[in-house]
Amino acid sequence: MTMWTTLRPNERNLRGWQVGVLVLVLAIWQLASRNEQTAFFIGEPIKVAGRIWSWFLPFGLPANALFPEGLEGRADIYIHLGVTLLETVLAFGIGTLLGLAFGLWLALAPTASAILDPYVKAANSMPRVILAPIFGLWFGLGIWSKVALAVTLVFFIVFFNVYQGVREVSPVVLANARMLGANQRQLLRTVYLPSATSWVFSSLHTSVGLAFVGAVVGEYLGSARGVGYLILQAEGTFDVNTVFAGIVVLTAFALVLDGLVGRIEKRLMKWQPKAGETEKL
Amino acid sequence: MPHALELQDITVTFRSKDDPGQRYTAVAGTTLRIAAGEFVSVVGPTGCGKSTLLNVGAGLLQASSGEVRVFGEPLVGLNRRAGYMFQTEALMPWRSAIDNVMLGLQYRGVADADAREQARAWLARVGLAGFEDRYPHQLSGGMRKRTALAQVLALDPDIILMDEPFSALDIQTRQLMENEVLELWAAKKKAVLFITHDLDEAIAMSDRVVVLSAGPATRPIGEFAIDLPRPRDVAEVRNQPRFVELHARIWGELREEVLKGYAQQLQKAA
Repeated sequence: MTMWTTLRPNERNLRGWQVGVLVLVLAIWQLASRNEQTAFFIGEPIKVAGRIWSWFLPFGLPANALFPEGLEGRADIYIHLGVTLLETVLAFGIGTLLGLAFGLWLALAPTASAILDPYVKAANSMPRVILAPIFGLWFGLGIWSKVALAVTLVFFIVFFNVYQGVREVSPVVLANARMLGANQRQLLRTVYLPSATSWVFSSLHTSVGLAFVGAVVGEYLGSARGVGYLILQAEGTFDVNTVFAGIVVLTAFALVLDGLVGRIEKRLMKWQPKAGETEKL
Repeated sequence: MPHALELQDITVTFRSKDDPGQRYTAVAGTTLRIAAGEFVSVVGPTGCGKSTLLNVGAGLLQASSGEVRVFGEPLVGLNRRAGYMFQTEALMPWRSAIDNVMLGLQYRGVADADAREQARAWLARVGLAGFEDRYPHQLSGGMRKRTALAQVLALDPDIILMDEPFSALDIQTRQLMENEVLELWAAKKKAVLFITHDLDEAIAMSDRVVVLSAGPATRPIGEFAIDLPRPRDVAEVRNQPRFVELHARIWGELREEVLKGYAQQLQKAA
C-alpha cells in the first residue's frame, strides 16, 4: 500500500513514468524480435542503437554479448545530417522571404488579390508532395530539388499568416500612424511589416517543421545525400534496423530544431504579453 | 485671425456596403468653430456621431457635404496640423514606450538620436521617466494613455483632437490626467477639440461646451461659454456654485437628448 502511494504517478515521479513507458515499449519490441521472421519486419532495438552508434561515433566496439559482431565506429552521418540541415535552412529562408513578399503584396493590393484568389486556393489545396518529381526533373538530384519542394510547403504557411496579419492590423493603430504623418512607405515599414512578422513568428514552429519534412521527403524520393537518402538506401536492402535508426535520428533532430525555434521566438517576441504574466505597474 | 479649425455645414452620410439603398446620416448640417488656443468640448449621448465629427476634422473621414478649414485653408487629405488622441489603444504593441513616442518625429525625418532625446523629455513631462523601455502590455491603462498623449504632443501640433481619451480610466487616474492635460495646454495654448460623454469633464476643462443632439442626423443644439476662472483643478472646480449652475443648465439641454438616444438604442436592440 505504501509502495503504491510513492509509485503512483504524480508530478515528482512523472519523468520516471515517462522513461518507464519507453523502457517497456523497447523491452516488448526486443522480446518480439527474438523471432527471426518478426525481426525481419520490425527490426531489433539493440541493433538500431548499434547503428546509431556507428553513425555518430568515430570509435568502434569489440565483439561482446550485445553485439556479437562488434561495432564499427564510422561517424559517417554528419555529411548527411549537414545536407538535410542545409536544405531545411535554405527552404525556410527562401520560403519565408517569398511568403512575406507575396503576403504583403496581395494583402495591400486588393485587386491583385481578388484576381489571384482562386489560384492561391488551388495551389494551397494541391498535395504539394506530388511536385517532387517535377522538381527532380527541373533541379536534378542535388539539394535544390529538395529545397524547392520544402519551399512550397513553407511558402503557403508564411503567406497565409502574413496575409492575415496585414488584414488584421488594428485600424486604430493604422489611423494613428497616419495622423502622426506616416507616408505609404513608412506605414509599410512601421505598421504592416512588424505586424506581419509577428504572425510569421507565431507560425515559426510549423514552418520550420515543414521545411524539415519537405527536405526529408524530397531526399527520400530521390537523392544522393541526406538522412532521407540513408533511409531510402536501407529500405532498398531490407535493412529495417537502419530505417528505424534513421527515424530515431530524424525525430531527435526535429525536437532539437523545435527547441531552437522556441528560444529564438522567446527572444524576438518579448513585446507580446504572455498568458499569466502579471508584470504590470 | 482665422479659426484654427472650422467645420462648416458638415453632413456625413454612410452607405451600407451590402445594401447601397440603406443610408445612415450620422451628422447633419453641423457648423463648429474652434479659435486658436481655445479648448472646446463636444458632449452628446453615446452613439450620436461625436467621433464622426472628429474624424472629419482630422481628415480621416471625408464629409458628404460641407467644408473643413484649417487656419483658413480648405482641408485636403489628412489634417497635418492636428494631433489625434484616440479613444482605444493606438500604441504599437511591438514598440517600447519611447519608440512609440518618437514615431511621429521619425516619420518627419528627425534624426534618431535627436528624436529619442525629445521623446525622453516628453515621457518625463507626462510622468513616465524611467518607463522608456516598457512595452505597452507592461504598462497600466493610465500609463498607456500618458504615452499616447506624449506621442501626440511630441509633434507639437497646433490643433489637438481628443476622442474620449480618458473614458476607459478609473475616476482618480482620470482626474489626475485631466489636470495634467490642462496644465500642458495652459503652457502651450493649442486649439483643443475634446469629445466626451461626461458633462462634468467637459465643463471642468473647457472654454466652451457644445451639446449635440441624439443621432441620427446629429447637430449642435446648444453652446455654452464656461466662464470659470483658470487655472482650474478638475476635482475642486466641481464645488464652485458657478459650476453647479452651468451643469444644471447644460444638463437641462442634454437630458432630453440622452433619453432620446437611449430610447433609440432600445428600439435598435428590440
